[in-house]
Amino acid sequence: MRRKLLQMVCAGYLLSGSFSALADTPTIEQLWEIIQAQQAEIEALKKQQQETAQQATDADEKAEAAVVAVEEVDAKTAGVASWVDKTTIGGYGELHYQNIEGEDNDLDLHRFVLFFGHEFTDSIRFFSEFEIEHDVAGEGQNGEVEVEQAYVEFDLRENLQAKGGVFLMPVGILNETHEPGTFYGVERNDVENIIVPSTWWEGGAALNGFFGNGVSWDLAITSGLKMETEGDNAFRVRSGRQKVSEATANDLSYIGRLKYTGIPGLELAGTVNYQTDASQGNNDGLGRGILYETHAIYQQGPFGLRALYARWDFNGSAVSAAGDDDQFGWYVEPSYKPWQKVGLYTRYEKLDGARDQDQFDQWEVGANYWPHEDVVLKVDYRSRNVDSNSSGADDFDAFDLGIGYQF
Amino acid sequence: MRVTILAFLILLSAAANAMADGSYQSSEDFLEEVFAGSPPAPGFIWLKGDVKEKTGEILGHSYPGIRIRYWGKDKRTAWILEEVGKTQPITAGLVVDGNGLESIRVLAFRESRGWEVRYPFFTDQFSGIRLTVANELDRHIDGISGATLSVRALQKLARLALYLHQQTISKNDASP
Repeated sequence: MRRKLLQMVCAGYLLSGSFSALADTPTIEQLWEIIQAQQAEIEALKKQQQETAQQATDADEKAEAAVVAVEEVDAKTAGVASWVDKTTIGGYGELHYQNIEGEDNDLDLHRFVLFFGHEFTDSIRFFSEFEIEHDVAGEGQNGEVEVEQAYVEFDLRENLQAKGGVFLMPVGILNETHEPGTFYGVERNDVENIIVPSTWWEGGAALNGFFGNGVSWDLAITSGLKMETEGDNAFRVRSGRQKVSEATANDLSYIGRLKYTGIPGLELAGTVNYQTDASQGNNDGLGRGILYETHAIYQQGPFGLRALYARWDFNGSAVSAAGDDDQFGWYVEPSYKPWQKVGLYTRYEKLDGARDQDQFDQWEVGANYWPHEDVVLKVDYRSRNVDSNSSGADDFDAFDLGIGYQF
Repeated sequence: MRVTILAFLILLSAAANAMADGSYQSSEDFLEEVFAGSPPAPGFIWLKGDVKEKTGEILGHSYPGIRIRYWGKDKRTAWILEEVGKTQPITAGLVVDGNGLESIRVLAFRESRGWEVRYPFFTDQFSGIRLTVANELDRHIDGISGATLSVRALQKLARLALYLHQQTISKNDASP
C-alpha cells in the first residue's frame, strides 16, 4: 500500500514537471514571429552585404576611372607639351692628370660636353653636341668652344636614314663613340688622333642603311680638309680640320663605310675617304688625299680586342718632297675584365705622321674602374719611343689619371 | 657646285619621303602575334611598395606611371615596355614563359645609332634567359660596339619583364 502511494506521489511529481515544461514551449504563433524576425534580419544582412559589394565595385570603378584619367592626361600632355617630352639633354666630361717625363705636370678639364636633341616627329629628329675643351675658351686661352654635331636626321625607310648638317665622320672606332667610359686610356689612342683626326666632324649630307644580317653602310658628301703646306704644321692632317667654321668648300670630301656587326661582340669595318684637294688650293704642292681605315673589335665575355689600321695617301709635289705623302698608324689593344667593374688593358701603337713628334711607337698599360655604369676612373702608364729624337720630339714615359662621366 | 646641289637634292628628297611612323611593329600587332590572334584582356601590376622599389633598382630610375599593363595567359605573359638608350626611348615587346624570357623584340627605335639591337642576331641572345636571385640576368649578353647604351636599355627591360612576371605569379598564387 505504501509502495503504491509512493508510486502515485512520484507520478504526480513527474506530471507536474511535464506540465510546467509545456507551459514554457513557444506557441506556433510565437515560433512564426521568431522565424519572421530572423528572416527580416537575414534580408537586412543580405542587403547590407550587397550594398557593401556594390560600394566595393563602385570604388574599383572609380579608382580605375581615376587611373585611366591620369594616364590619359599623361598621354595628352605628352602630345601637347612636346617640347619637354621630345627634347633630350645628355652629356659627358673628363678630367685628366698627366705626368709626362720632362714636362710640367698637367691637370686639365679636357672635355665638357652637352648633348641637345629634339624629336620633331617619329621620323625627323635633331641632334647636337656642344663642347668646351680645356675649360676656358677665349682670346689667349687654351680652350675652345665647339659645336661638333648639329644635324637633322630623317628615317626614310625602316632600314634607310638621311641626315644633313654638321656630323661626325663615319670612320674609326672612337670618332663617333668617345664617351670616356667606352674606351681604355686616359687620353684617346694616338692613331685616332694623328692619322684619323678624331674628333673629326664636317658639314654635309649623308645616307646610311642597314640590313638584318648586320651589314650597314654609310655614304656622305662633306666639307673637306684644308691642310697647311708650309710651317710647323705642314701636311699635318689634324691641323687641316676646318671644323665647319666658315669652311672653304671649293673641294669637297666623299666618304663611305661598310660595317659588319652581325655577330654580337664583333665589329668589322672599313672606311675610304676621298679628299678632292686636301689644301683647298691649287698649285700649292698638295692635291687629293685618300684615307683608308679598317678596324676590328671583338668582345667575348671578359676578353676584348681592338685593332685599327689607317693610312693616308696624298699626291702633290710638295707633300711628296716632304716625305709626308704616305702617313699611317695602327694599334692593337687586348683587354680583360676580371670583374664587372674593373677592366685591364695594354696597347701597342705604331705611327708615322707628318711631324717628327708624330712618328713613334708606344706601349701603354692601364685600368678602368666603373663605380657606376656611367662613371669611370682611369689610370695608365705610357712609354713612347720616337723614331728620331729632335726638338719637341723626345722619348718619354708618362703616368696619367682620369675621371669621366656621361649621362 | 654640281655635287653640292646633288647633296641638297638628296636631303630635300629625304625630307619629303620621311616615314610617317618610326615604329617597326604596333603594340596591337605584337600582341596578336604573341597570342595567335586572340590576346587576353590586360592585367595590371601596380607600382607600389616593394615592386616600385625593385623596379627602380632594375632601371636605375623610377618607371613612369603608376601601373604597368601586361597580357597573360597560361603562365605566359607579354609586356610592352620603354627605356631610354642614349637620348631616346626604345619600345620593346617582351614575352615571358614560365620563368624564362621567350623573346624580346624592338617595336620602335628612335636613336641615331645602335640600330643593331633591333635584329635577331642580337635579340636571340635573350631567348631562355632567366633572372638570378639578385634580379640580374643569369647569362652574359654580348654587346655591340657603338651601341652600348641601347644594349644596356634592352638588358634592363629584360630584367624588368622577368621580375614583373614573377609578381604576376605571386599575385595569382595569392588569389583564392
